[in-house]
Amino acid sequence: MASPVQIRVTINGTLHTHEVEPRLLLVHYLREVCGLTGTHVGCETSLCGACTVLVDGKAVKSCTMFAVQADGCALTTIEGLAVNGDLHPVQEGFWERHALQCGYCTPGMVMTAVQLLADRKRPTREEIAHALRGNLCRCTGYTHIIDAVEHAAARR
Amino acid sequence: MFAAPFDYARPKTLDEALSLLSKHGDEARLLAGGHSLIPAMKLRLAQPRLVVDIGRLDGLRQIEARDGRLAIGAMVTHAEIAASRTLADLCPLLVEVASAIGDLQVRNKGTIGGSLVHADPAGDWPAAILALDAEIEIAGPQGRRTVTAGAFFTGILETAVKPGEILCEIRVTAAAASAYVKTEQKASGFALCGVAAVVDATARRVRVGITGVAPVPYRAAAVERALEGQALAEGSLAAAAGQAAAGVTPLADIHASADYRAHLARVNTARALQRAASR
Ligand SMILES: Cc1cc2nc3c(=O)[nH]c(=O)nc-3n(C[C@H](O)[C@H](O)[C@H](O)COP(=O)(O)OP(=O)(O)OC[C@H]3O[C@@H](n4cnc5c(N)ncnc54)[C@H](O)[C@@H]3O)c2cc1C
Ligand code: FES
Ligand code: FES
Repeated sequence: MASPVQIRVTINGTLHTHEVEPRLLLVHYLREVCGLTGTHVGCETSLCGACTVLVDGKAVKSCTMFAVQADGCALTTIEGLAVNGDLHPVQEGFWERHALQCGYCTPGMVMTAVQLLADRKRPTREEIAHALRGNLCRCTGYTHIIDAVEHAAARR
Repeated sequence: MFAAPFDYARPKTLDEALSLLSKHGDEARLLAGGHSLIPAMKLRLAQPRLVVDIGRLDGLRQIEARDGRLAIGAMVTHAEIAASRTLADLCPLLVEVASAIGDLQVRNKGTIGGSLVHADPAGDWPAAILALDAEIEIAGPQGRRTVTAGAFFTGILETAVKPGEILCEIRVTAAAASAYVKTEQKASGFALCGVAAVVDATARRVRVGITGVAPVPYRAAAVERALEGQALAEGSLAAAAGQAAAGVTPLADIHASADYRAHLARVNTARALQRAASR
């Protein structure tokens, strides 16, 4: 049978050490082992982006990565964005521009937008839409989400 | 969705990875970006007993430009290629292909090597690799060998990479006059038809690689022949593009009929040739 593997992962600045089964997906590791349930499971088939987290600064679908692959990496999840209760500019943008309804897609949307804004200071609306292509939203129709990311870019 | 249980190894060197493959044979599977393999494992279409993660191997992650030749390591991600200034200047086709793949998260993890070995008939890289007439370097238990793009894709999901081997590097001659035009399947981003064109105005020659249309990606030989030695004017490019699906039996599925795929091959070939020629 598959032998468990010891992993050390820094999540939102805190080091976590666990023994995990190699087949454990990163999203289940975050939610069930670390108790960080802000990262959502939508489709579990790599299509919706609800499970997006940052691995060494890059947006990744955590349902399409094994936890063992994250050994030695630095992760940021939605829980790690606010600093002392102050929202991250992207979170603030979602608040100000009413960019969510049910909120299910929001953590993934926000994490992808955080990478986009780290890469580009002032993305155009087209660039924002292109960057968010892997994040699906059943509620908003996307316009307000693009507004929110624009708002965040302008506020920085 | 859980994959079947497996053991996990993360070798540090290519030799270590090769010897794990020799030792475990059919039971072992390489893991690169995981964006084809992990979905297949979750569906239990793939059930390796040992996963050999080559994500941290040194030496497969570099993009090098030397004397007009480009060498791209197998583990370079789509996102790294999309963001490469060097490639944007020297070979825009590669940047256009990488940027058109899936979405940001897929590009952050997926690798050029993994894509080529997976050889999805709707994958994007095969078109570029054919149009650039790439050389593909493969390491195996007996050492290294080089395969040309024309001999690389051997069937649906089948390539010249044999069990126990590792694709290491893709080498091409830089082509500034090159372009990629793709019509995508809206939900997944995969190519219904992707056309890569390379134009050599001095030699009066073009090369065209087409993916998504036939079960195996192909060079549009009839288009290339029609333009051999011709002045590459807009009208002649468009006329030659009419033969982009000549002699091919196109795929048909719920996303597009065979006729529609053949139509896309012709239209996208005309556009790709024109854009490449204008560079
Ligand atoms: C939602 C989604 C959308 C996508 N959209 C597109 C798209 O629009 N266009 C497109 O082209 N692709 C698309 N893909 C596929 C994506 O590009 C994959 O990353 C790629 O097909 C496989 O690369 P990988 O590095 O993830 O390989 P893996 O999944 O890790 O491996 C794939 C296969 O190749 C083998 N392998 C990997 N590397 C090597 C190597 N160096 N030597 C020998 N064997 C190796 C593995 O053992 C495995 O069998 C999409 C994927 C997803 C999940
Ligand atoms: S849950 Fe990961 S992409 Fe949908
Ligand atoms: S707000 Fe409901 S899915 Fe996006």
